[in-house]
Amino acid sequence: MKRGFAPWADPSQQPLVRFDAVTKRFGDVTAVDRLSLDIYEREFFALLGPSGCGKTTLLRLLAGFEAADAGAILLEGRNIDGVPPYRRPVNMMFQSYALFPHMTVAANVAFGLKQDRLPKGEINARVAEMLALVKLERFAHRKPHQLSGGQRQRVALARSLAKHPKVLLLDEPLAALDKKLREETQFELMDLQARLGTTFVIVTHDQEEAMTMAHRIAVMDHGHVKQVSPPADLYEQPNSRWVAEFIGDINIIETVVVSQTGDHAVLETAAGRRFSVGGVADAGAQAFMAVRPEKIRIALTPPLGGGLNHVAGRVVDIGYLGDMSIYKVRLDDGSVMRASLANARRGSERDIVPDQPVWLSWPPEAALLLTK
Amino acid sequence: MSAFGGAGKGWGARLVVIAPYAWLFALFLLPFLIVFKISLSQTAIAQPPYTPVLDLAAGWEGARAFLDGLSADSFVLIGSDTLYIASYLRSLEIAAVSTALLLLIGYPLAYAMARAPARLQAVLVMLVVLPFWTSLLIRVYAWINILQRDGLLNQALVRLGIIDEPTTWLATDAAIYVGMVYSYLPFMVLPLYATLQKMDDSLLEAAADLGCRRFKAFWAITLPLSLPGVVAGGLLCFIPISGEFVIPDLLGGSGQMMIGQTLWSEFFANKDWPVASAIAVVLLCVLLVPIGAYERMQVRRFEEGR
Ligand SMILES: Nc1ncnc2c1ncn2[C@@H]1O[C@H](COP(=O)(O)OP(=O)(O)OP(=O)(O)O)[C@@H](O)[C@H]1O
Ligand SMILES: [Mg+2]
Repeated sequence: MKRGFAPWADPSQQPLVRFDAVTKRFGDVTAVDRLSLDIYEREFFALLGPSGCGKTTLLRLLAGFEAADAGAILLEGRNIDGVPPYRRPVNMMFQSYALFPHMTVAANVAFGLKQDRLPKGEINARVAEMLALVKLERFAHRKPHQLSGGQRQRVALARSLAKHPKVLLLDEPLAALDKKLREETQFELMDLQARLGTTFVIVTHDQEEAMTMAHRIAVMDHGHVKQVSPPADLYEQPNSRWVAEFIGDINIIETVVVSQTGDHAVLETAAGRRFSVGGVADAGAQAFMAVRPEKIRIALTPPLGGGLNHVAGRVVDIGYLGDMSIYKVRLDDGSVMRASLANARRGSERDIVPDQPVWLSWPPEAALLLTK
Repeated sequence: MSAFGGAGKGWGARLVVIAPYAWLFALFLLPFLIVFKISLSQTAIAQPPYTPVLDLAAGWEGARAFLDGLSADSFVLIGSDTLYIASYLRSLEIAAVSTALLLLIGYPLAYAMARAPARLQAVLVMLVVLPFWTSLLIRVYAWINILQRDGLLNQALVRLGIIDEPTTWLATDAAIYVGMVYSYLPFMVLPLYATLQKMDDSLLEAAADLGCRRFKAFWAITLPLSLPGVVAGGLLCFIPISGEFVIPDLLGGSGQMMIGQTLWSEFFANKDWPVASAIAVVLLCVLLVPIGAYERMQVRRFEEGR
């Protein structure tokens, strides 16, 4: 479903939404800082970042609840500065759901349609269609307080989709659901988005959720966008140490670039250990070598054959996670690296025990060269 | 229930349950029973000024004589004399009009308070309750000064050229309504403020997001959700205003009396304790209707978990 969809890579495509150097301040807090971002039609776009980095503010700027202090927000190429929320073809699904407690489920879903003065028959048809979409037909006449958390979430979704918005904004839509329901709902949302073709902008601070659902993810920090990439690129090609450490688990080793040959660089740590890493950097520059735990091979013997980066150390801790185990290994220089190993066979993890001398190795292509 | 009733519970826990009931029994039910008993008595030139009086020393015979002495004459009188009925109707009318005025003035006030910056709100609440720091009687006397022929109100109106010469304010219905609205405003504003203040702002944002303008959102969302506050404030004003005595007595004219005034004159002028008590009992019964409705609404809201 996700494959082949990449309007951001096509220079002839116009973005549906464009944030152009947008700044929003609250007193002396700069919630969004000269942020630029393009979102394309039919895209499932995720905003990911630590708490307080400005994700909600970004959505509220687009919905029209906040006005930007500087910069412009364009929708279909037109500046929507000053357009009030009730005139924007954008709908929001609130984190608290914000269902009207005194109205039935059907009345909640119909609310937006009634504001447009649609004929009654059309409203009823659309409400029925929306409730069918979220499988809540049988609950049309309930009040919100008579529903479970998951059902309320679906009412909120139906209500925000009823007006067929150009962009649907979802602020942590699944945060209140338990893990299992959340995973089910993720796939329902993806399916819905693909069927309706509506552009979704979702805020989450669950990385896996963003990775599962989104075409592209914007990683934010302190009101800035650090990187915008499809999930796999974000994981495999983070553009900075900060993003690399924010997404998943990673070992970072501080080094200096010794030499550059072709598309490989040789890096050296302060302790004089050398590594070969795929990437380009100026000799003599500061650089980080980053390698994810699952890309490191852990063994009881030194690796055979040259070309592999390897270090020796002692196991200090083993974290058993069921599907895999994480090994913390202390190197000779005192630093600690993490390697993970899938528990493919039952009992296989017992070959390596705490305090055992082990070898860690990884090919140059598995590691990343980060210069910032 | 069972959470407190367990055999293992200490005295403290039991006291927590019993105390409010004991309070209600001693300070509400018992006095009411005494009033009810007096309402079934006859006037007498005696001390106390009614018969029969329960003579516990006379034992069983005494109790028999006591029960035989009770009668519903006072209630029959209230029901047959249009004076009393007119007085009740006048009270309900004044209470209804005052409550409506209070709502018209109190709602915008409470709304503005709930929308004010958070730091200001505490100050505003303080200002609303500030009048309670002086006695009601003194404040009503102040209104006499303001409303009398050469009072501040007339002076101001003449000075501003709105009227040519002073008009009569004191001893009119207008004066009663001024007094009622002034005295009961906090009872209307505070419950309204409480419901409006805890209302979730995101509901209004959701309404705006779905294409609803502010003004319309007020009628579609804010007002319906604030109805519990409207009802609470309305009852908190309507019920005591129905039985109000001081304000109509000091500010009102000599026309039709409110039921509180009628009760007062039966009690102090006519020394007719049984009729005065019967008036109180009937008033309570009349007011039980809205109180019951309110109670039902509270229970429903509790069940809705809101
Ligand atoms: N109405 C406001 N008044 C003052 N400061 C605000 C307001 N709204 C947001 N902020 C501040 O702006 C910054 C960004 O807030 P925002 O709600 O956008 O963060 P977020 O990324 O959504 O965080 P979270 O993941 O915790 O929801 C925070 O520092 C926050 O304190
Ligand atoms: Mg947020």
